[in-house]
Amino acid sequence: MQYKSQAVAKLYFIAAIGLFVGQILFGVILGLQYVIGDFLFPEIPFNVARMVHTNLLIVWLLFGFMGAAYYLVPEEAERELVSPGLAVLMFWVFLIAGALTILGYLLVPYSGLAQMTGNDLLPTMGREFLEQPTITKIGIVVVALAFLYNIGMTILSGRKTVVNLVLLIGLVGLAVFFLFSFYNPDNLVKDKYYWWWVVHLWVEGVWELILGSILAFVLIKTTGVDREVIEKWLYVIIAMTLITGIIGTGHHYYWIGTPDYWQWWGSVFSAMEPIPFFMMTVFAFNMVNRRRRNHPNKAAVLWALGTAVMAFLGAGVWGFLHTLAPVNYYTHGTQITAAHGHMAFYGAYVMIVLTMISYAMPMLRGRKAASSNRSQVLEMWSFWLMTVSMVFITLFLTGAGILQTYLQRYSDTPLPFMVVQEKIELFYWMREVAGVVFLIGLLVYIASFFVGTKEPEVVLEQTDA
Amino acid sequence: MSQAFTKAMARNIFYGGSVFFFLLFLALTFDSEATFPERDNRQNITESVAMGKRLWEENNCIGCHTLLGEGAYFAPELGNAYKRLGGREGIMAFIMSRPKDGVPGRRSMPQFNFTQEELEALADFLKYVSEINTADWPPNIQG
Ligand code: HEC
Ligand code: HEM
Ligand code: HEM
Ligand SMILES: [Fe+2]
Repeated sequence: MQYKSQAVAKLYFIAAIGLFVGQILFGVILGLQYVIGDFLFPEIPFNVARMVHTNLLIVWLLFGFMGAAYYLVPEEAERELVSPGLAVLMFWVFLIAGALTILGYLLVPYSGLAQMTGNDLLPTMGREFLEQPTITKIGIVVVALAFLYNIGMTILSGRKTVVNLVLLIGLVGLAVFFLFSFYNPDNLVKDKYYWWWVVHLWVEGVWELILGSILAFVLIKTTGVDREVIEKWLYVIIAMTLITGIIGTGHHYYWIGTPDYWQWWGSVFSAMEPIPFFMMTVFAFNMVNRRRRNHPNKAAVLWALGTAVMAFLGAGVWGFLHTLAPVNYYTHGTQITAAHGHMAFYGAYVMIVLTMISYAMPMLRGRKAASSNRSQVLEMWSFWLMTVSMVFITLFLTGAGILQTYLQRYSDTPLPFMVVQEKIELFYWMREVAGVVFLIGLLVYIASFFVGTKEPEVVLEQTDA
Repeated sequence: MSQAFTKAMARNIFYGGSVFFFLLFLALTFDSEATFPERDNRQNITESVAMGKRLWEENNCIGCHTLLGEGAYFAPELGNAYKRLGGREGIMAFIMSRPKDGVPGRRSMPQFNFTQEELEALADFLKYVSEINTADWPPNIQG
């Protein structure tokens, strides 16, 4: 660690991992409710558990992005953070606001929460992923502004690298598009149209800039490849991301009351969205193959390569699977969507945050570059447990989705939704088993922070040319 | 990547491409807004429909159901529930009849204890949604 203020990242990373555990516990509850319909009913109905699961996901990823920014921005800018105190303060504001919101979901009926928080004054609640009370949303904006001020001023007054600039553009975009969550007209078509400006333009737009810049940073550090080369790749990747991804929003405008021409615009542009993900995979493997040294943190390199591969599979391949309008006509809003949502979120955003934590945590805990061998071996076990079980979750949901699509939408005698769900129960049981393995992988991951802490670091001979 | 292709060129493609396609997206958005009135059934957004949408949101129906294919995949699609359940009466009767403690072993929907006015608002909302022009989606009545 070269700058003292980078230390604030540690708080953010610890909170991220803690909330990740909560997210997965609720995932396993949801999975059980899929097969034992009245499990925990009426105490924790499915919709409540789902809100907790998805909102914890978003919040912990945001903690992860902020931690990553606080760690890498000073190092890239070659100066301390403008205000480490503000970063700590905002950490607590965000954590407490987040915790209160989750407790609100669990302890108060949702309509009561809407009443208590004055949803009638500015109704924004009750839409997927944007369930937070309006006051929480305002809190998120305040935290984001303080964060952007801190990061932005540090970047602009320090050395300006491409990694820092791309990260900053991504983070500003994240904040700007979130503002559309405050627009909620009575007209459902318009509501849905701009809802996607938050959801799609996040995950298939500005978040990919954040992903790209973190990946580039970790690759510069672990491979020693010339920065010029890595930065050129980064520009090309994010150029392709926005060129395809902005108009690609159209793949959500097929069946919600929007003009028919979106079936063409959406299909053509979103069909090209896998390109930047594919380039990211080529990029990561290329850089590691051309490495000028062997970094002692092997786990971090494994996470970086894993991110590139899994993001391509989850977003690129599973996205392409259902993105063409004639296919989407049948798969829209089925388990196929859930399969894709899981692998894409895990492969791209969960894994990039874990990559950054893996790279930075040893230094944040006072080591020179890497954890002990024992700790790294355990961490790599957790990598495989989580990643392989996520592959299986995706495959089982895809199986369920294909059958659902056929039985409910495609066959000559379409069956009712609830009848079909019972017929494909076996797939949901298998998903649940894979989910439990995922949870075990996560516990192994946490254990890796506590083993071999007294043992020496891994040291490798330099192969510097 | 080849040497002839410089970092400055890559940067220019990024800025130029992003701005161009964002502007194109805005243009398509303006055009879409202009065609919405023909498709989005806005003439039928009454006070009751607006109230129904608020109730839909404040009870988080989207946390179990899809609406026009978006939402959760735990319970039936409701964009065409008006047609599947045979009109407003069918919808109101279904929502009203949910047992407080759920149906043993079966995926259950909460009993929300709506007033008659609220039930009618929800039914009006789902009727309005069912008349949006969705390019013939869903493929059949099962949603
Ligand atoms: C906790 C999950 C949950 C929530 C929240 C929920 N529902 Fe449901 N809903 C269900 C389930 C499960 C079914 C299917 C029940 C069955 O067939 O036994 C259902 C069925 C329905 C049906 C009948 C659909 C059909 O085709 O048979 C309607 C109408 C409906 N819900 C409306 C609503 C409305 C309106 C709300 C919000 C006020 C809502 N639901 C909230 C779970 C939920
Ligand atoms: C990391 C990037 C991505 C993430 C995190 C992601 C995540 C998601 C999620 C969570 C949904 C469900 C949204 C909802 O609840 O309604 C979704 C839907 C969808 N995604 Fe992605 N996605 C990514 C990239 C892509 C790409 C690259 C493509 C196309 C090639 C794609 C195609 C689609 C389509 C077509 C849908 C709509 C599914 C439907 O009709 O139900 N996604 N995505
Ligand atoms: C890091 C791992 C995980 C990520 C990133 C993740 C992400 C998500 C996302 C994005 C959604 C919304 C899906 C959509 O709209 O398409 C979702 C819903 C859900 N998740 Fe997860 N999840 C994870 C782990 C799990 C696990 C381990 C389980 C269960 C064993 C699980 C079960 C569910 C269920 C049942 C839903 C609701 C699907 C529905 O609407 O019917 N998740 N998750
Ligand atoms: Fe999308």
